[in-house]
Amino acid sequence: MKPVTVFALIGLLALAACGPVPASPTEAPTATTPPETRTLRVMTHDSFDISEEVLAAFEAQHNATVEILQAGDAGVVLNQAILSRDNPLADVLYGVDNTLLSRALEADIFDPYTSPLLAEIPDHLELDPQHRALPVDYGDVCLNYDKAWFAEQDLTPPANLEDLVKPEYRGLTVVENPATSSPGLAFMLATIGHFGETGAYTWLDYWADLRDNGVLVTEGWEDAYWGQFTYGSGGEGDRPIVVSYASSPPVEVYFAEEPFEEAPTAAVVGDSSCFRQIEFVGILKGAQNRDLAEAWVDFMLGTTFQEDIPLHMFMFPANQNAALPEVFAKFAVIPEHPAEVSYDAIEANREAWVEAWTEVVLR
Amino acid sequence: MRWHKMAGSKMQDAGQRLLLASCILPLAFLLLFYFYPLFSILTLSFAPEGHFSLAPLEKLFSTPYYVHVLWFTTWQATLSTLLTVGLALPGAYVFARYDFPGKSLVQALTTVPFVLPTIVVALAFTALLGPHGLINLALMGLLGLDRPPLNLQHTLAIILLAHIFYNYTLVLRIVGTYWANLDPRLEEAARMLGANRWRAFREVTLPLLTPAIGAAALLVFVFCFTSFGVILVLGGPRFATLEVEIYHQTIHYLNLPLAAALSVVQILFTFALMAAYTRLQARTTLPLELRPRQVTQRWPRYWREWLVVGANVVLMLVLLVTPLAALVERSLTLSTTGGVSLAFYRQLFYNPRGSAFYVPPVAAVRNSVGFALATMGLSVVLGLMAAAVLDSQNPARSPRGRGRWLRRLLDPIFMLPLGTSAVTLGLGFIVALDEPPLNLRTTPLLVVLAHTLVALPFVVRSVLPALRSIHPRLREAAALLGASPWRVWREVDLPIVARAVLVGAVFAFTISMGEFGATSLIARPERPTMPIAIYRFLGRPGTVNYGQALAMSTLLMLVCTLGFLAIERFRAGEVGEF
Repeated sequence: MKPVTVFALIGLLALAACGPVPASPTEAPTATTPPETRTLRVMTHDSFDISEEVLAAFEAQHNATVEILQAGDAGVVLNQAILSRDNPLADVLYGVDNTLLSRALEADIFDPYTSPLLAEIPDHLELDPQHRALPVDYGDVCLNYDKAWFAEQDLTPPANLEDLVKPEYRGLTVVENPATSSPGLAFMLATIGHFGETGAYTWLDYWADLRDNGVLVTEGWEDAYWGQFTYGSGGEGDRPIVVSYASSPPVEVYFAEEPFEEAPTAAVVGDSSCFRQIEFVGILKGAQNRDLAEAWVDFMLGTTFQEDIPLHMFMFPANQNAALPEVFAKFAVIPEHPAEVSYDAIEANREAWVEAWTEVVLR
Repeated sequence: MRWHKMAGSKMQDAGQRLLLASCILPLAFLLLFYFYPLFSILTLSFAPEGHFSLAPLEKLFSTPYYVHVLWFTTWQATLSTLLTVGLALPGAYVFARYDFPGKSLVQALTTVPFVLPTIVVALAFTALLGPHGLINLALMGLLGLDRPPLNLQHTLAIILLAHIFYNYTLVLRIVGTYWANLDPRLEEAARMLGANRWRAFREVTLPLLTPAIGAAALLVFVFCFTSFGVILVLGGPRFATLEVEIYHQTIHYLNLPLAAALSVVQILFTFALMAAYTRLQARTTLPLELRPRQVTQRWPRYWREWLVVGANVVLMLVLLVTPLAALVERSLTLSTTGGVSLAFYRQLFYNPRGSAFYVPPVAAVRNSVGFALATMGLSVVLGLMAAAVLDSQNPARSPRGRGRWLRRLLDPIFMLPLGTSAVTLGLGFIVALDEPPLNLRTTPLLVVLAHTLVALPFVVRSVLPALRSIHPRLREAAALLGASPWRVWREVDLPIVARAVLVGAVFAFTISMGEFGATSLIARPERPTMPIAIYRFLGRPGTVNYGQALAMSTLLMLVCTLGFLAIERFRAGEVGEF
């Protein structure tokens, strides 16, 4: 056979293999299954995860197939939804957080839906009074530190944001760039909420001091945590303080090579030193299966899914009736007073804040 | 004589038809899956409220920051290209002229960096060059220092190093393959006539190599020009290329007009560069007497030859293979005890949380290889057609200069997808391909199409220099003996360019395995590839996740190495001659 023919054949075969997934035999309409298995399309970010069982239970109960479309981080997904709003890619969008909420609501991509389960969710998580975006889970972005490193150096770990600019913490901190990273943005917002924009010592003064104290800025969480953080990098990085999540210590315990008595890292959760990210779900305008979409939203807010969240997405359930898994109950600390910045202010000022931050920290 | 003429004109007719056919497919492909999405997103961006405005472009050129970004983008790409070509040319020489044990393995390994996700490369570089990396520790021990002497983190130096790391293979393969078929007797003749080694190289070999060096350098340049991950992750937040700014403006601020303006500048720049290159290439291409590699390659004989071969292989190993080895080492090391273990590899096969998004390693490999083979098949076929069309405009073949304008236009056009922002094109797909019969937004097919867009230029650039070097006499002789144009192409052209086609095929395969371009921004249902699995593991804390990410990376390297070796073995029948 001639090589070109072979290439053409390989291409055709592989292309054919890439076509739509053929329906499995159980889904094929037969005498025993009802004819209409509907498809619900959910678009979401790459961090979305769920148990097979929980997903299968929903599909069985509603005689539906759920197609999950993932495409990058929450920002990318939201932009895709906005650009395709006349001909939506999906029925439901999950993963818009409070830093993006205003953009989503302004672009008017959601239809309101007042789920009966909202009654089980604390009011302070419900940011949109019209119920276009419904809170599903939350997580706090805050400083984490490497306990063993501080013990070895005989240094007291930081207790609040102010500590980081002290001389003994010089060159110890790594943060993510708010222009490129969602925890980076959240941490910048924490400093804005904590220090404020006006007064004798503003958030920008704080960042100027942090810069003088040798703060390192990375593009994203992965490089900060795995490349620079002493614990995450296995000693190759030299920064024992990193911006991560309040849930990171229990997750470290859960994904440890050997069982831990206590978490190897800890989160700094002092007053207004964290920023709370709240993630929302909404039914997209033009959804093809409105009733199915509503059922999915109820499902996401219900306790079965909510109790599945911590070990799959490492966030905390919004529904107050959902029980936490043992590792979270034992090792997680939830900040009582996260820093407050309203979602309207975030959308209105994001660009200016990031620009001001860049000016002070990087240029 | 009359008989000749008749045969000639008949052949021309059939040849024209064949060319027309092979012109239509690649152009239609570009039209549907490149120009249409691109224009859709650009018009949407420039006319947000319905009326078209080019004000964002003006704003761009009046803002010093963006002028600076354009300047930095250009000069870091220039510097990266010069360094890569300079370092890889001796390697290409060694690969072209000598045979030595382990050659194909070394060659396969040099291509592995191309598929690795940037974040994984960043981790490998930290393991080697970081403050507590191997090299700093060694230097501290050696020189008795108490602080790490090398601090490359977030510097221009590490950007350049990473660009060399990624792109070395482009020069090695494209130039090396072309060089292997150059007749060594030309240089030998020059030496006999008294030229020293350097002069013989400079005045004989180098000019003959120009088309291949140009093609490779162009690809390296465009790749560095649109560099994104390397700049962001390794360069750190103080550096920005156009692509990085397009990403910021699109994803974080949804400032589509500005992003579109930046995209247009990027595309125009690529086009201008390509057009200049096309003109240059037309002047430097000569028909040559090519020689099969069996004649041109031999084992090194004298110690000096062994030294040259050895030095280059060591350079490749140090520069390209040690970071890979660092990753493999980490994937086999437990963080708690430091012991060697396959634990992370075993864990890849378990799904302890019963996650619906668990990726069995076998499925990840199957998906990656499936997409890669589809991309390879599609881009080799389309690329060969495109190359045949571009070559038919060759002045050596149509001396009257007919259709030269076509070549000047077409050649750059086939390169454009490579110089186009992945973010822009990704959004273009979403906006444009949303109606039947092209409702492809959420199909895996779109992944293959997006990969092929990026892979196509690699195939074209790999094949074209070889195709253009074929002496027209060979084709004329075949035609005179009664071969149809199709048969001439199949039995004269194809065997001679087969090696170059394989080089193109390797790159197409690689590009797809490495998830280049717009695909990371395509909403896709469950068909996760190996890079996607790696990102999933790296997205959450826990040393087990880190270990599994590195185990999956090692698996990716292994699959790619095997893939490259397999593609290179792929020689059907008479094609093995060259």
